[in-house]
Amino acid sequence: MTQNIDPSLRGSVAIAGAATFGCGKVPGYTDMELLAGAAKRAVADAGLTMQDIDGLCTASVTATMWPMAVVEHLGIRPGFIDGTMLGGSSFIAHLMPAMLALQSGQCNAVLVCYGSAQRSSTFNRREIVASRRMLDPQPYEHPYDPILPPSAYALSAARHMHEYGTTREQLAEVAVAARQWAQRHPGAYDRAPLSLQDVLDARMVSDPLTVRDCCLVTDGGGAYVLVRAERAKDLPRPPVYVLGNGTACWNRQISSMEDLTVTATVDSGRAAFAMAGLTPQDIQVAQLYDAFTINTLLFLEDLGFCKKGEGGAFVENGGIAPGGHLPVNTNGGGLSWGHPGMYGIFALIEAVQQLRGECGDRQIAGVQTALAHGNGGTLSSQSTAILGTAETL
Amino acid sequence: MSDNETGVQRAWQARLDQGEFMLQQCGACDRHVFYPRELCPHCGADALSWVPASGQGTVYSVTTVRRKDEAGGDYNVSLVDLDEGVRMMSRVEGVAPEAVHIGMRVTAHVGMKDGQALVLFTTPGEQQ
Repeated sequence: MTQNIDPSLRGSVAIAGAATFGCGKVPGYTDMELLAGAAKRAVADAGLTMQDIDGLCTASVTATMWPMAVVEHLGIRPGFIDGTMLGGSSFIAHLMPAMLALQSGQCNAVLVCYGSAQRSSTFNRREIVASRRMLDPQPYEHPYDPILPPSAYALSAARHMHEYGTTREQLAEVAVAARQWAQRHPGAYDRAPLSLQDVLDARMVSDPLTVRDCCLVTDGGGAYVLVRAERAKDLPRPPVYVLGNGTACWNRQISSMEDLTVTATVDSGRAAFAMAGLTPQDIQVAQLYDAFTINTLLFLEDLGFCKKGEGGAFVENGGIAPGGHLPVNTNGGGLSWGHPGMYGIFALIEAVQQLRGECGDRQIAGVQTALAHGNGGTLSSQSTAILGTAETL
Repeated sequence: MSDNETGVQRAWQARLDQGEFMLQQCGACDRHVFYPRELCPHCGADALSWVPASGQGTVYSVTTVRRKDEAGGDYNVSLVDLDEGVRMMSRVEGVAPEAVHIGMRVTAHVGMKDGQALVLFTTPGEQQ
């Protein structure tokens, strides 16, 4: 992947508002209503009204013509629309096209938004998976009945264990660290005590991953608002600047992934760090899409926080838990905070809230740089964002 | 490609239904291709033709999918690297799922599932 990003883009756009809505188990809402709840809050958070929104980025797990429905429902007339659907990384991947649209003058305020009622809806995750087998067939995988996505991530984990000696205990460290962060977040879905042994003893889903190595299934909406940096200064909230963003996709199916221990994060991270002019050592808090415990190890390695194969050692002894050497997934992540289908936007929102100093018991003191990383499909698409406070410009 | 009167997916399945496990090979870069394509995904050339698969491979990664006994019990899902240098998802049969391991040599055969032919593997000596 070659990228030669105009250096003036760094920090040229800021996140002026961000919000979640209806996260956890929230019966009685549709995907759209959860999206709209978050969108309403994010726009208000930015000090704007919905009539100020003239750019839209959104995607849905189920609806293929989703941006049109969102335009109609919110009553907006955007001059910029991006409905790129890359799975859970989509709402981080939307950053770059939104930045370009803002800088070109195509629009002035972009709303990025998502909602999913997958836990409480009558048409829930199980039905969605079954429908996808017909609507979006994978004829070279489906006949073997992998449970997707878990079996795909299990295949990656098994290979990582084989090549690098990674252990189930090290995978369990990721789940326990997430839970310890969730215990500091009043809005997290699962805050019950969780030990390494609990993870190891939990019901096996697809070896080597137990149910505690797998993310939650929750409802939730998330949204954020992007404006040009000079405008953000005049809005009520402390601007969170987009310092870097990179997106990469090498494959869709796990059987088409060249090396199950190396993800396209290598490319997305390199592009984001190059644009930001920063290195992993400069990052004070990282939000890494943890659909499964193996994800966190892969992304720590592929982003350069540690060498390939050393992710297990990196997370040992509470390495990414509160008090560890790098705070990771400070909201509790997809494993313990919640996972409404496509989690990337929630990783980004947690990064924004950390940089704005709003995180209460889980706040990292004095944080000025944050990384949010989204994953989509079965280790298929990857998007990395590096965000910073005004001090980082 | 010769005899390409349908899309490659149907062409692949039609051969499989006759008991033939075929791969594509690129006449330009010589590399094998799976799953079936229109252009070589390695070099982009329009020079793919069907060739018989050796059927010999090595397990690249493995998982045991857990399933209740009453639903049929646990089963294996593997990624198999064929000796031709292509990878495919499949199932290694004839041994307990937990006995399948990375690096295991396996041999292909054409089996049936839900009325459709598919490539399955066994370990040497246990081929059906």
